[in-house]
Amino acid sequence: MTAVATAPAAEVASEGAVKTKKLVIVDYSGELEKTWATLILASTAGAMEMETSVFITFWGLQTFVKDRKRITGENWMQKMMSFMQRPGVSHRKLSKMNFMGMGPWMMFQLAKKYNVAKPKELLEMAQMVGVKFIPCQMTMDMFGLKREDLIDGMEEPVGAATALQLMTEADSTLFI
Amino acid sequence: MDIKLKVDASGLSCPLPILKATQGMKTIQSGELMEIVATDPGSVKDMAAWASSTGHTLVEQDSANGKFRFVLRHKLAQPPAPALVHPSERILK
Repeated sequence: MTAVATAPAAEVASEGAVKTKKLVIVDYSGELEKTWATLILASTAGAMEMETSVFITFWGLQTFVKDRKRITGENWMQKMMSFMQRPGVSHRKLSKMNFMGMGPWMMFQLAKKYNVAKPKELLEMAQMVGVKFIPCQMTMDMFGLKREDLIDGMEEPVGAATALQLMTEADSTLFI
Repeated sequence: MDIKLKVDASGLSCPLPILKATQGMKTIQSGELMEIVATDPGSVKDMAAWASSTGHTLVEQDSANGKFRFVLRHKLAQPPAPALVHPSERILK
């Protein structure tokens, strides 16, 4: 006769432990100041040990194309789009006072003077503290973006249903 | 008081003092103390919010000559933190 050992269910007493909060940011706009806001909040949320996901769609996805990529897309319209607005986190334009790049240049000078981290540095730090960056599949198709066009360390592309599921399960959602 | 790690976040703007604190905490063990000095006035409330969110304890806090000093105790029963690889080695090539 064999004794059947019933292992007690491994229950971890988690009273008093800090409940993990969830944050979802929808990165939609892709302009310099909005990208900055997204990445400041994402990196800080990651540092605060919140489970942070950034769903990246429409113009936002241009931010997550590798900086050195100049032209992306498969057909002439997609290529034209990327030519007219240079992709990459270091090449964002301001939504106002862009003045052919003079505005962003001044912003970066001020950021340097006041020791404000640049979007690129914040993006690196966000990835270091475990923030998930999730590209939108539809946007990738529409702009003709391939996985190798995007920066390393991004999650699998998903659609609106997955994004909505993440949002409804989160403690807070931001649309930037 | 036995401070294991001192972090200088002077001159840095939000959210860098918090990110520095996070990086520092990953290098020390449960129960050990970290001291962080910042000049960003916003860090006074931010450091407390960060501590309460992560579960680390803000043991001591004072300010003098525009410098804000915080002593934090690493929370107990922390699962091993993943090794920090400098992102330039794997991202944004």
